[in-house]
Amino acid sequence: MTLWWIGNLVLLLVVFPLVVYLLNGVLQAARAIVPTVQGIATTAAAGSQDLDAAPLLLTTQEQVTQTVAGIAGYGGSLDVILDDAEPA
Amino acid sequence: MSAAAAVLILAVVLIVLALVYFLVSTILALRKVVAGLDVVIEHVGGIVEKSAPVNDVVIAINEQLDAGVAALEGLLVKKAGLADAVGLVDGIYPGAAAAGLRDFPDSTTIDPPRIGEVYTKGTLTLARLGREAPIAAASPGEGVLRNVEGGSLAARSLYPDGRQARPEKLPTSPVIGTDAPDQYEQREDIGAPRKRLPASR
Repeated sequence: MTLWWIGNLVLLLVVFPLVVYLLNGVLQAARAIVPTVQGIATTAAAGSQDLDAAPLLLTTQEQVTQTVAGIAGYGGSLDVILDDAEPA
Repeated sequence: MSAAAAVLILAVVLIVLALVYFLVSTILALRKVVAGLDVVIEHVGGIVEKSAPVNDVVIAINEQLDAGVAALEGLLVKKAGLADAVGLVDGIYPGAAAAGLRDFPDSTTIDPPRIGEVYTKGTLTLARLGREAPIAAASPGEGVLRNVEGGSLAARSLYPDGRQARPEKLPTSPVIGTDAPDQYEQREDIGAPRKRLPASR
């Protein structure tokens, strides 16, 4: 009977607080993840929104093509107008 | 039932209740995490989808720009000669002569002539185009040609002023009223009856 009482006391004074402490640690860790994940979600949404202008690169590509073509035209004209450098 | 048995049952019940409370709370918190990660995955998928063609487009743009640069450099070398071309590029972009021209490996060994002295006015015109114009030190030994931290008007001071083309300070508007710093004495004849001249005979 005495050992039984000792076991009960150990269960109440040692095992129970230890279980509560460990489980509370797990719960706090899990709750700490939530705002971090929400912050990541917000950042990912902002990053995705920033890339909305990425299709405009196709327009940029077309403009660059036209600009280079214009430069080539001017270059051709300058090639005709200006004399070449004298060979050293 | 003995008292010891009752205490044992009570302790076990307490432990089970603690397990249920904390584990259920943890499950709820983890479900929030899962919901947040779902949102993250959705937006990251959008990022991947939107950025997929960027690489090819940028490579194509760079190829076209490289072709333009090669054509312009070739034309410049053809018309001005390699040495003067390097000097001209170095005059506009100080230090660029060290990198040389792309399609002319010999250009890195050329000591660039001071073409910038000839094209100073054009260089300053470039300087006025924007604060980021890459000419900071075009005149060795005389300090920077342009104060990159100042406004574009800093370059204007490099021109000799034959005549003052702009006022240092615009004249201020005159202050009128009773509080005006310049008060003028009021003429007495203003508002008074007109003097009658003697009748001519």
